[in-house]
Amino acid sequence: MVIREGDTIAAVATAPGECGIGIVRISGPEAIGIADRVFRSVSGRTLKELPGRRMNYGYIFSPDDGEKIDEVLVVAMKAPHTYTREDIVEVHCHGGNVAVRKILETVLSMGARLAQPGEFTKRAFLNGRIDLSQAEAVMDIISSKSEMGLKTAVSQLEGGLSKQLDGIKDKLLYIMSRIEASIDFPEHDIEEVTRDDLIQETRSAIHMVERLLSTSSTGKIVREGLSTAIIGKPNVGKSSLLNALLRENRAIVTEIPGTTRDVIEEYVNLRGVPLKLVDTAGIRQTDDLVESIGVEKTREYLESADLVLLMLDAGRPLSEEDRIIIDIIEGKRVIVLINKTDLEIRLEIDEIKKRFQERPVIYMSLAQGTGLDVLEDTIYKMVFSDEIRTGDAVMVTRVRHVDCLKRAKKSLSDAAAAMLNKLPVDLVSIDIKAALEALGEITGDNITEEIIDRIFHDFCIGK
Amino acid sequence: MEYHAGDYDVIVVGAGHAGCEAALASARLGCNTLVVTLNLDSVALMACNPAIGGTGKGHLVREIDALGGEMGIAIDKTFIQIKMLNTGKGPAVHSLRAQADKKEYQAVMKKALEEQQNLDLKQDEVTEIIVEKGRCTGIKTKNGAVYSAKAVVLTTGVYLKGKIYIGDISYEGGPYGLFAANVLSESLEKAGLKLMRFKTGTPARVHRDSIDYSVMIEQKGDKDIVPFSFMNEFENLDREQVSCWLTYTNENTHRIVKENLLRSALYGGKITGIGTRYCPSIESKIMVFPDKTTHQLFIEPEGRDTCEMYVQGMSTSLPEDVQVQFYRSIKGLERVKIMRTAYAIEYDCIDPTQLKLSLECKEIEGLFCAGQINGSSGYEEAAAQGIMAGINAARKTRGQQPVILDRSEAYIGVLIDDLVTKGTQEPYRIMTSRAEYRLILRQDNADRRLTPKGYEIGLVTEERYTKFKDKLKKIQDEIQRLKDTIVPPSKQTNAFLRERESAEIKTGISLYELLKRPEIDYESLAALDPERPALPKAIGKQVETEIKYEGYIKKQLIQVEQFKKLEDKKLDPNLNYYDIKGLRLEAQEKLAKIKPTSVGQASRITGVSPADISVIMVYLEKKRRAESK
Repeated sequence: MVIREGDTIAAVATAPGECGIGIVRISGPEAIGIADRVFRSVSGRTLKELPGRRMNYGYIFSPDDGEKIDEVLVVAMKAPHTYTREDIVEVHCHGGNVAVRKILETVLSMGARLAQPGEFTKRAFLNGRIDLSQAEAVMDIISSKSEMGLKTAVSQLEGGLSKQLDGIKDKLLYIMSRIEASIDFPEHDIEEVTRDDLIQETRSAIHMVERLLSTSSTGKIVREGLSTAIIGKPNVGKSSLLNALLRENRAIVTEIPGTTRDVIEEYVNLRGVPLKLVDTAGIRQTDDLVESIGVEKTREYLESADLVLLMLDAGRPLSEEDRIIIDIIEGKRVIVLINKTDLEIRLEIDEIKKRFQERPVIYMSLAQGTGLDVLEDTIYKMVFSDEIRTGDAVMVTRVRHVDCLKRAKKSLSDAAAAMLNKLPVDLVSIDIKAALEALGEITGDNITEEIIDRIFHDFCIGK
Repeated sequence: MEYHAGDYDVIVVGAGHAGCEAALASARLGCNTLVVTLNLDSVALMACNPAIGGTGKGHLVREIDALGGEMGIAIDKTFIQIKMLNTGKGPAVHSLRAQADKKEYQAVMKKALEEQQNLDLKQDEVTEIIVEKGRCTGIKTKNGAVYSAKAVVLTTGVYLKGKIYIGDISYEGGPYGLFAANVLSESLEKAGLKLMRFKTGTPARVHRDSIDYSVMIEQKGDKDIVPFSFMNEFENLDREQVSCWLTYTNENTHRIVKENLLRSALYGGKITGIGTRYCPSIESKIMVFPDKTTHQLFIEPEGRDTCEMYVQGMSTSLPEDVQVQFYRSIKGLERVKIMRTAYAIEYDCIDPTQLKLSLECKEIEGLFCAGQINGSSGYEEAAAQGIMAGINAARKTRGQQPVILDRSEAYIGVLIDDLVTKGTQEPYRIMTSRAEYRLILRQDNADRRLTPKGYEIGLVTEERYTKFKDKLKKIQDEIQRLKDTIVPPSKQTNAFLRERESAEIKTGISLYELLKRPEIDYESLAALDPERPALPKAIGKQVETEIKYEGYIKKQLIQVEQFKKLEDKKLDPNLNYYDIKGLRLEAQEKLAKIKPTSVGQASRITGVSPADISVIMVYLEKKRRAESK
């Protein structure tokens, strides 16, 4: 991994989760310049022109589409009288993770680098801001934070993301090894890759990165929230649950445009986890039993749901409808909610526990307002697996992934442009290698060795 | 009986490609130098292919030359074919490769050594290094001579406990029918060096007149000769060139090899040494790539005055009778007469992580190692380490700081840093893909990167330095002139652009800007540039590269700046990493073993993470502040 010193870094300075204000901190020689590229003060003046150490009211805009991201207060502090003794800009925005993340991502896309664990503190120390007596503590912070980050990174990499990353890396290694083999062993009969092939392969890699950015759990949860479907027969209490969650947690977005008129979608911020709730209550009811619970629609919804909240009525035995629903959600990540526990229990609880062996079963009474805490707790833990104490590391890894993927995409676009401009392959390879290195930062691999291994794996080379 | 035979500043053990450069560098820097070699007839022997250069390797030769080394000059005198490779690709990967007249190359190099002031050449076998209190102070030889020295450079090639394998037959021996050096290894181990066992091999040499060239594809040299040495850059090195010949193995060849596989030393389990992926034997090629029904091979002449031909691509450890069979199965080799049988050779080398970046042993002061003993493969890799070991041994005798080239300065830096920092699991070959800053480490600008340094060291002659400064000025002047020359949007200009499918211009534009366009090259731009001064081709090429790829070059220069920041943060090699809280155990162990001299080098050690580096930096700052109190 490339280690950089003295460049401009950024990170979220506030604790994750539900709080009124979030702060994104930028430190380094380009801090003010980068902030000026995304911040527009109401006064119309740039941070460079405005006096320092004062709060400036304005907006952060997306440089891509000029869209307003958030209403903010920004303060710029000139070196050396700052925490890191470098130029620092702090963007104070609305709390909760969505705004903070978006602003951080925007700042990163403008050339800041995501800070390593403990890096602000490290800089503060290296630049003489922190007392010598605290050096040991600083080293502890760095090693413990990165240890935790590493654990998270590994746990994050399990499953889908890792597989998709491997797919992209494999493609890039394929391209690279062909270019490099033809460069380093020009006298061997290696089939020359044509420019058209390279362009096509590179474009396909760009497409894969884009897809990963938009659909992976990484990008998705950060961007769209954890897609959570509430499902159950009519009148079991789905809407009450939705309303209760909305009441308890500040809604982020209240209106979702689109074609899903049959269902209600709401966003809530659950201790820092953006949750996209889909209430299937709105599915059209007919006389037909199967149709009445909207089996087909529900299935469609379940396709894209990350989490299913199954609601059952404690006061009644399992109905035919319940059983159909239980069959549909087979194999999904489910939390079973047994509502109306204030009534006399008629539900076959043992059967349900047996059926949903390892999945959480939560008793609640929305009428009496019980069980909601447990539910929130359970969801939170499901997202941030147990061994992680705070969401900090998880969020950082996720933003890091997105940052790496974006840089990979940028490098690949540069490579594609270079190919179209008919630049020689060895120049193109600089960009492709940069993309591989960006992906390698997620997985922590040694790219140069991998390329060389691949060359010798794929080609018979040697005198 | 032992006797005291002499006192030297520097003694070089071995006179192969590493030894020659080491000895010449040391002697040219004014050190009284002795070279001891097993056989004076094998000075600068090309024990494998009769060729110098190739991708990455050609870059190394250029760098050795730019520093004031000999390899480039020797090959320019003795090449019988020369080619610039990769001309269809970008300027960073253009690479020179030459076929050498093997015997003549040896003669030229031997003469350079013989005529060099301060240099003595001696035939004998070194049996022992003398180490006193952690310092190497001399050597002992088979003939009983004891020489004292302030520094010793080991360039033992494949001779240390060399063992030859031809099928089930094996015997002690060096390459090319020479003797092995069987005693020295023990002395090295006694001195505390950890040895490894590597393996390499060479194909058969066959008689020129037993080959049917009519069924092979002729490979000619370049008409436009680009020399290796910057001293010859503007000289005419035209000469009659010889051809190489391309042919292929076939299914019959592969069948014979497979049927006899277990008789090969490699697959029969006789060889335990680690071979390189870069020069696999034909049996490895066939077994590792079973789907490939044919492999290419090149027939290369070993010289003008010899009938021996080298069969590139057909190295093997199969028995002689099988060799005859499968060589003869190849198109054009049906009646081939093998003159020297192909063999595999196993030899002792050291784990190179025992060395500092100066190539001096960490634990034995004054003992330097270069070439195959460090686990590398190839003449050029050896020579590159040789010149650096020679320079640093000479400096050692004077109490001067070593010269270390970093990864952003030279392929030599990449090569040595890789070996010393990461170690190697197989004979190491340089590749352009190993260099992070390939666009800056071009073969055409090796002089700009290294000649001033060579001059400072004292290896570059006044003649070379004047030549270099003159060239540099011409390049800079020409770039400035192109910036200052504006062409008008005339009919002629736009016709020129149209012809090259380049966008027409409406206002005046500098030649410099035009040259940036991918479809316009310096040579053809002459049509719009009547004032152009007559400049040698090499200068025009370099001007073109600098301008055309300016954007990419700048990008890499920014990366180099970042790289340098960490290289400039020096580390005390004696730092006790076990004292640093917060470092992971794996990192502590690796750092303690490698003893990096900079934070940058530490960051390249396998098993050291960015967080470990941060911890080290905080630790360093803490120490600095505590000390300044």
